[in-house]
Amino acid sequence: MKIHEYQAKELFRSHHIPVPEGYVAASPDAACSIAGRLGSFPVVIKAQIHAGGRGKGGGVKIARSLDEVRSAAEAILSRPLVTPQTGPQGRKVTKVLVEQGLDIDQELYLSIIPDRSTAKIMIIASRAGGMDIEEVAAQHPEKIIRVLINPLTGMAAGHCSEVAAGLNLDDSLAGKFSALMEHLYGLFIETDCSLLEINPLVITAQGNLVALDAKMEIDDNALFRQKNILTFRDTNEEDPLEVEASKYNLNYINLDGNVGNMVNGAGLAMATMDLIKRAGAEPANFLDVGGGADEKMVENGFRIILNDRNVKVILINIFGGILRCDVLAEGVVQAARKTGINVPVVIRLQGTNVEKGRGILAASGLNLITAEDLNDAAGKIAEIVGK
Amino acid sequence: MAIFVDKETRLLVQGITGREGQFHTRQCIEYGTRVVAGVTPGKGGQTMDEVPVFNSVLEAVRETGANCSMIFVPPAFAANAIREAIDGDVDVIVAITEGIPVLDMMRIKNYLQGKKVRLIGPNCPGIITPGQCKIGIMPGFIHKPGGPIGVVSRSGTLTYEVVHQLTTKGIGQTTCLGIGGDPVTGTSFIDCLKAFEEDPETKGIVLVGEIGGTAEEEAAAYIREKVSKPVVGFVAGLSAPPGRRMGHAGAIVSGSSGTAQSKIAVMKDADIHVCDNLGRFGDFCAGVF
Repeated sequence: MKIHEYQAKELFRSHHIPVPEGYVAASPDAACSIAGRLGSFPVVIKAQIHAGGRGKGGGVKIARSLDEVRSAAEAILSRPLVTPQTGPQGRKVTKVLVEQGLDIDQELYLSIIPDRSTAKIMIIASRAGGMDIEEVAAQHPEKIIRVLINPLTGMAAGHCSEVAAGLNLDDSLAGKFSALMEHLYGLFIETDCSLLEINPLVITAQGNLVALDAKMEIDDNALFRQKNILTFRDTNEEDPLEVEASKYNLNYINLDGNVGNMVNGAGLAMATMDLIKRAGAEPANFLDVGGGADEKMVENGFRIILNDRNVKVILINIFGGILRCDVLAEGVVQAARKTGINVPVVIRLQGTNVEKGRGILAASGLNLITAEDLNDAAGKIAEIVGK
Repeated sequence: MAIFVDKETRLLVQGITGREGQFHTRQCIEYGTRVVAGVTPGKGGQTMDEVPVFNSVLEAVRETGANCSMIFVPPAFAANAIREAIDGDVDVIVAITEGIPVLDMMRIKNYLQGKKVRLIGPNCPGIITPGQCKIGIMPGFIHKPGGPIGVVSRSGTLTYEVVHQLTTKGIGQTTCLGIGGDPVTGTSFIDCLKAFEEDPETKGIVLVGEIGGTAEEEAAAYIREKVSKPVVGFVAGLSAPPGRRMGHAGAIVSGSSGTAQSKIAVMKDADIHVCDNLGRFGDFCAGVF
């Protein structure tokens, strides 16, 4: 789960990680009153959306007077913000962060991630702060420092000095830097982060280390023990159909195509999307109803796909293991009766209780197209989409 | 022959009295697996069907000689259950549980260092040696005993699809296992490739991957150096959008890394026979094997 910059900075503050003074505002008036409270210029107005690349899209502005604060806040709040990560339609901005400007001497990059291949916690740092770190890694790999920490033993002084040395930090900053690293590592562990990134981490003219930006993503698997973080969830940042699906524990992702699909199991769901694409069409979604899905989940999944106006045809692909084919069939029939189907539905069933499932579908009197196997299903989809 | 588990395997089930645990234990017994014990703290002394239940893994192992544990414990308690199994001195642990926090699994993975026990999963369908034993949640009837193909995968139902197509073509399997869809798993593709290469009855290998991480790339490098048997590969997620977690916690394209396209290219480079049409997977395998 992603959280906003201002929320991450709240967590930073409570964990003794220095951030610029600043507050969040939902209107130009509020932004002006915050700027007044900060007391001096310049101030920085930053759009609060989950997508990155905000600066490139005009979502970060510097203001040197109250008039400039007002016009910057108005500009950012009045229209969707388009960044390299939002897609062309952009993202609606409902909040801006108004922060004290700093006198910056140097910009660094610092992040912490779980490294899946070593199962260690990885600190990544670079003197090339403020830039796209993937680009730096691709073009100047020598500018990236990586230090691995065993999560069983945690961070030690040696890890901090290794990073500090790699960043070529002045000795006068060593104490501040190791304190910062320890607090960051503590926050990372405490909140089950899947990403904690500061880009840039600045050294001010006064010789202080300050997190100018803050990006945190939390491991979805750990949300059950992160009740505090859950209050940061902003459903405005999510697709409405995905929000709806999450209420029923359905793994649903809305996509741009027109072939809706419902599958059990994530791997098979991805492979089914690929198959749709291979048949010359585009998937409208990813929907994994899961291994243990019941009739109700199947029904809700089906309804959500039908609510997507782009959907012209639906492919249901179930390999019955734990989820039996007869349970799936019942769910589809119930959903179809309640919602009404206005598009062709191709169903491919295989596995546990497949005959029973096919029987239920056949007896329902619904206009469903059954496919013998995956290849047959792909052919039928291609035929319908090609019409 | 088979890898990791066979008809001699003596299974204990952690979380045997839960809904899922009960259901799948019965299915395993029905398939012929020797289920010798169950573990649910506080329910020691009871039985699930005929299976004696113990309070701890240590006790269950001491009393029944169990050498393998299958775990159905909910995510919040699963890491502790795995740790108990590691300390309980079984040879193989199969963790079915989906949704274990990544940090918990990273700790487990480091805890496993230097120990002899094999952890399969978590977030996996388990392992089956057709005709001998089934330790997991896969439908047993789609498998065909006797080999000669070993199947290893990061996924569940996609594995069933692949196995079903093999069986339909008359191609049997030695052992089929899912290593799990999480970012950190106990057993890697490489561990399985090594075991299949050493197993005389396995004549060919099917490797099913998906987007995210570098497991497929590492497997390809290993195959090029160390595997003499023919390998058929498949990678799911060609049409997956970047930055989105596709159901499995580990299935995510980050930036430009972990895409299906790049994995397929690396696999083809290592002379793996990559099938690009799941609808014709069985035919493709019949051609290669």
